[in-house]
Amino acid sequence: MAKILKPDEMLRSINYTPPATGWMETPNDLSPGRFAYPAKLDKMEYLIHEIPGQFGNPRTWNPTDDDWQLPSNWKEIVVNGFRERLDKYRSLKVFMDICVRCGACADKCHFFIGGGDPKNMPVLRAELMRSIYRGEFTLAGKILGKLTGARVMEEDVLKEWFLYFYQCTECRRCSLYCPYGIDTAEVTMMARELMHLVGININWIMEPVANCTRTGNHLGIQPHAFKDIVEFMVDDIETITGKHINVPLNEKGHEVIFITPSGDVFADPGIYTFMGYLMLFDAIGLDYTLSTYASEGGNFGLFTSADTMKALNGKMYAEANRLGAKWILGGECGHMWRVINQYMDTMNGSLQGPQMQTPVSPITGTVFSNAKQTKMVHIAEFTADLIKHGKLNLDPSRNSDIIATFHDSCNPARAMGMFEEPRYVLKNVVDNFHEMPIGTIREQTFCCAGGSGLNTDEIMDIRMRGGLPRGNALSYVQQKHGVNTMTCVCAIDRATLIPLADYWAPGVKITGLHELVGNALILDGEGERTMNLRQEPLPGFEEE
Amino acid sequence: MNAIYSLLLVLALVVIATLGAGAAKMQTIFAYCVPGTAFIIFVVGFVCKIISWAKRPVPFRIPTTGGQQQSLDWIVQNKWDNPSTGPQTAMRMLLEVLAFRSLFRNTKVVLKHDEGKNPVVAYVSNKWLWLFALLFHYSFLIIVVRHMRLFLQPVPQVINALEFMDGILQIYAPVLYQTDMLILAGAGFLLARRLFDAKLRYISLVNDYFPLILILAIALSGMYMRYIAKVDVMAIKEVVMGLTTFHFKAPAGIDVSFYVHLFLVSTLLVYFPFSKLMHLGGVFLSPTRNMPNDTRMLHYENPWNNPAIKPHSYEAYEDEFREPMFEAGLPLEKNPEEAA
Repeated sequence: MAKILKPDEMLRSINYTPPATGWMETPNDLSPGRFAYPAKLDKMEYLIHEIPGQFGNPRTWNPTDDDWQLPSNWKEIVVNGFRERLDKYRSLKVFMDICVRCGACADKCHFFIGGGDPKNMPVLRAELMRSIYRGEFTLAGKILGKLTGARVMEEDVLKEWFLYFYQCTECRRCSLYCPYGIDTAEVTMMARELMHLVGININWIMEPVANCTRTGNHLGIQPHAFKDIVEFMVDDIETITGKHINVPLNEKGHEVIFITPSGDVFADPGIYTFMGYLMLFDAIGLDYTLSTYASEGGNFGLFTSADTMKALNGKMYAEANRLGAKWILGGECGHMWRVINQYMDTMNGSLQGPQMQTPVSPITGTVFSNAKQTKMVHIAEFTADLIKHGKLNLDPSRNSDIIATFHDSCNPARAMGMFEEPRYVLKNVVDNFHEMPIGTIREQTFCCAGGSGLNTDEIMDIRMRGGLPRGNALSYVQQKHGVNTMTCVCAIDRATLIPLADYWAPGVKITGLHELVGNALILDGEGERTMNLRQEPLPGFEEE
Repeated sequence: MNAIYSLLLVLALVVIATLGAGAAKMQTIFAYCVPGTAFIIFVVGFVCKIISWAKRPVPFRIPTTGGQQQSLDWIVQNKWDNPSTGPQTAMRMLLEVLAFRSLFRNTKVVLKHDEGKNPVVAYVSNKWLWLFALLFHYSFLIIVVRHMRLFLQPVPQVINALEFMDGILQIYAPVLYQTDMLILAGAGFLLARRLFDAKLRYISLVNDYFPLILILAIALSGMYMRYIAKVDVMAIKEVVMGLTTFHFKAPAGIDVSFYVHLFLVSTLLVYFPFSKLMHLGGVFLSPTRNMPNDTRMLHYENPWNNPAIKPHSYEAYEDEFREPMFEAGLPLEKNPEEAA
């Protein structure tokens, strides 16, 4: 990890005044720390074979080199790919045509707020592509050139795209404020697709995509290791509650298949959230199974290309069919839920087997008619319904040492609109809850600055700058209300918010929603609980 | 520089019209040929652009959700900001188009460097852009509707009423229209923020300054005609009616400011379909606004959906990991002996 500035130095370094040179003349800064590492050759060779038509030019390359070893016809590939997407996506064409550069989006991007680089203003990020659109595809742009903000595709432009379309977390905050709804995430997705065609990519996305294809999850956990991890967690639950619970894996004939991001299986603090799920399912006697083949809820295909996203997502229905599950319950994850809510059925609806049915809670009888097409329910919706019907025996005093706030993750916020469900659950399992300031939550929420595949350590300076808005809002409630815990429903958040909180609001810990549910949940036949899921003493049981 | 280029461009247009219709006496060309052609280009260009957008498919439903989704019965949905049905979506679009709802959300980031204290990033409400944009667009609309009196005989009552309301303050003679002042204030504000806000100056192109300055020049030339030159409106109506009824007759005795005004409007009409001004049509076609958030409830078809893209199969997965899965006691489709 590159050495980065101290928080107060970073704050003082922010300057919103643009440089004297015009943005087309500002040279690319490709020094270390400014970009994420390119994909490893073996991963790309594997993926070219597995998901054809998405990826070109596999090689070992280094962004600091002058020569990026592009194919000789790279310009033709990119320009033709651009033209093709303009014809296939109304969104792209309209977004290229109608921006009036009113600047309403300019100070909405977390990377701009924390860094001040004008190319991180959403309007200018889109202009990086729009300028090529004018220069290559419009008559006025071809004749008048720079005067109308037009330029032609060159190697420096491609390098600029690599820098700035991998400094966009596709969080869509800008699109909320845009009077025409121009969505920079859509522009970024298109730019990334075009770059993939000529072999420009980052490893932090491509390795998870390759792993997920082969082993079923981002982390490359193989089935037997996955089983070991689950058993390990079952043992921990027994240590904490005195109760041994049963967790079905790859079993046929259960009503529900549960799929959650693999970050919950592997990394602290996601594992505590995972334990919370398992305890919840035991408490209500849910007839479910996990799958090692579909052991990833997250989908880094969303950050790669539409077809890659489709290939990865297809495993969910394929496995539900193989195991005979009637519906799918999904764990806490951000971008996973953008995929499920806005893309899943459109891409893979035809894969649904005839055994799949509109989800009905077997405990409360609630019909999830809002999921009647995808057959997939969010665990926060599911648990909120359980609590509303009084089906859970909860003791929030076990969380009484927690003063919580809630971080809305970008995608459940702006690509779904799930605000009340997780809050309802949270307020039922903790005693103390305080919202962060209004401009930083719900649909206006700020990204953790590690979304869309950017949660890698080599760009820590960029991430901490982008994390400033979230970190500062957190620090505000930490001082005002003594908030010591930030809860979220996203696996990437659970990884990225820890360094963010350590940097901007030291002392605040990060939890998943169902970790706190697990703490408060009273299981039938459990022993006296003296510690929480982290095996730290519960309030009242601290050692003297 | 981009602002200066744009200003010079507009001045050049004024000079062309002044010389052409004034000194060179080409009134017929400037009264009939240029505006007629401009109008045809505007209509054809506008329609073609809309068709070119509309015929492109929308592969995915990607609304930006700005409020609570429809989920459990006891959770109140925010139907205007997160619509899940057609009528709710229409309401969202109506608010967007008529009230600039997204712009109303606008905030401004303020970074305070308090020495010794904890630095705060604050987001303050910033409605100036919304307010002046609204003033500008509605003034423009009312002015355009007012001008319809020149094209219609008899003048509809609704236009007379609108005109009366617009001049209700009864200041000056001829009566001053409020919209004339408001459009200057609106466009002036939009131009000033481009010139004086460093971030906006950085991103502004000729494409941004030119239409603003052009519209300001149209407003100013129109006001010059009405309040200073006090042109003969009946003579102008004869010219305009001649244009719409194809009875062209050489106009006479009309102040040259009329030709300047008309030439600038013609330029705007020609420029419109090929520029960002098409946001007028495009706002209706933006997929993040005009689609309901309902893709978990209803199937939506993507014409580009590629059936050849399939997930890495379970069979291939089990083939690769069969041995360790068997040893770990995981259920298998084929145990190692069957597979061998």
